Amino acid sequence: MSKIKNAFSNGKAFIGFLTAGDPCLESSVEFILEMERAGADLIEIGIPFSDPVAEGIVIQEASLRALSAGMTTDGVFEIATRVREKSQIPLCFMTYLNPVFHYGYEKFFSKCGELKIDGIIIPDLPFEEKEEVSSVASRYDVDVISLIAPTSHERIRTIAKDATGFIYVVSSMGVTGMRSDITTDLGSMLAAIKEAAPDTPAAIGFGINTPAQAKQYSEIADGVIVGSAIVKIIEEHGSDAASYVYDYVKSMKDALR
Amino acid sequence: MSKGRFGIHGGQYIPETLMNEIINLEKAYEYYKNDKEFNDELNTLLAEYAGRPSLLYYAEKMTKDLGGAKIYLKREDLNHTGSHKINNVLGQVLLAKKMGKTRVIAETGAGQHGVATATAAALLDMECEIFMGKEDTIRQALNVYRMELLGAKVNAVTTGTMTLKDAVNEAMREWSNRVEDTHYVLGSVMGPHPFPTIVRDFQSVISKEAREQILEKEGKLPTMVTACVGGGSNAMGMFYNFINDESVRLVGCEAAGHGIDTDKHAATIAKGELGVFHGMKSYFCQDEYGQIAPVYSISAGLDYPGIGPEHAYLHDIGRAEYVSVTDEEAVNAFEYIAKTEGIICAIESAHAVANVIKVAPTMSRDDIIIVCLSGRGDKDVAAIARYRGVNLYE
Repeated sequence: MSKIKNAFSNGKAFIGFLTAGDPCLESSVEFILEMERAGADLIEIGIPFSDPVAEGIVIQEASLRALSAGMTTDGVFEIATRVREKSQIPLCFMTYLNPVFHYGYEKFFSKCGELKIDGIIIPDLPFEEKEEVSSVASRYDVDVISLIAPTSHERIRTIAKDATGFIYVVSSMGVTGMRSDITTDLGSMLAAIKEAAPDTPAAIGFGINTPAQAKQYSEIADGVIVGSAIVKIIEEHGSDAASYVYDYVKSMKDALR
Repeated sequence: MSKGRFGIHGGQYIPETLMNEIINLEKAYEYYKNDKEFNDELNTLLAEYAGRPSLLYYAEKMTKDLGGAKIYLKREDLNHTGSHKINNVLGQVLLAKKMGKTRVIAETGAGQHGVATATAAALLDMECEIFMGKEDTIRQALNVYRMELLGAKVNAVTTGTMTLKDAVNEAMREWSNRVEDTHYVLGSVMGPHPFPTIVRDFQSVISKEAREQILEKEGKLPTMVTACVGGGSNAMGMFYNFINDESVRLVGCEAAGHGIDTDKHAATIAKGELGVFHGMKSYFCQDEYGQIAPVYSISAGLDYPGIGPEHAYLHDIGRAEYVSVTDEEAVNAFEYIAKTEGIICAIESAHAVANVIKVAPTMSRDDIIIVCLSGRGDKDVAAIARYRGVNLYE
């Protein structure tokens, strides 16, 4: 069993994302610990990929900055190692399948197991292809997080029943990025998810960036996921971003209390 | 193992947002591919609009000059819009229309697939948006204007290497943003299932015709069929109906750019490794951490870091061979076939011609080679002039 359920035991969960290695390895470690101190319940560490097809421009650019600065999969494991020296906060990786596949599933997930990485989110790994990854990941207690989208409809039941860790509810069509307006009928999506998987926490992501949105969506879900807004702060302030990240995450978590 | 596999390759590695759309596409295709009305409409378009069947031309001067195998050219360059791309596009746009879509999007490298899509969209009254790497909009400026003339909106993609793979990324992002009324007309035998199968089926008309034509002209099968390979759609079309003819060698020609031992090439089979990208498991040019490599070729249409999953499979089982052709060899072939046969072919197709120039003299006069001339070369004239250091003034 992973520690993901702990992330949902402190009221509504705030899940923060950053791209590992943007602007550098040391900053990523610092920002993750700051997010925890500000009240984040789970951190998603993005392993940068050259061609992130599910990302909007903010995370695309962060991925390229990180890769240009020399971040690698081994570098991301080093970040996780340093975080684990100081913190037991639930951690998930988020990346695309090719970096994991190319590293080798066995090698990748055994390292995850050593570092007590709790889950992995892979946007280009739908339900139909999940088995090749989860069969290895589960041996190291790493949950392969299932995503449910506004277009999932009758697939919701199948996906939710099979989900472990938490369910990533994709709020909107398209790619990641800040949105002022989310038009999906999340209420009925969440109802269908909860009916199929009443005991699996469900968190909403894609587009959320303000405390008001966080509060609004926490009323129907068990948590919210914020990526681009945090990455944007890091883009603006670079290695000096720690206090800005702290303030932002605190304001979001406060809205959830 | 999930659907749409060619050996270990293929599959459906795409975001959940697109899964239902891909499933609907598969259902629609499975229905319409056997629907008489659909096939009648498509065949009429192919015959009356695209100009099929395309000629199988005996290149007598090349044959005599090279002094070996008899060389035939499958003249896909003579199709309407100037390449084999129209075969797939007419099928997919007609299918999209049957599915109730009102808008099509597509990626393009050299611009041939974009032009074909814009053409079919104009003819079949669909809204059309094309994604093209900014680098390619410069290399192939003429095709950008052609697409605009046809009523399409062309989006220059400024992310990544600003070439074909980035155009695919952006088209996928746009599709995941708007699936309700939009079909993504994928241009090659790549991407998630069912695209590699759909595109192969629509392109297989090339080898269906060529097989009949060569049997009629020569009374026997060719020794070798060959075609250039980027994603691999004209090659798959050229190979498909010869796969069961075990005596026929299938040879794909990849772009070696400056050479496969440099970092400037797009030779996926020669240098790539197994991976998962753009919805499929196949071979990709990538680094030690699985980051997709920035590939290079003088040919925008072959400038792609992957290869379709069925090619990867044909390579694995040894049914098809894949060779590499450099920029320099391709440009020489481009000039050679122009002077010898009076045909200006696409720089993509010139990669296959280059291989014929190499191997034909080593073969016997009883041997027959069919080379797929996948496109015409008007679009490349300016780039070839630049390559040769010739300044063209308008």
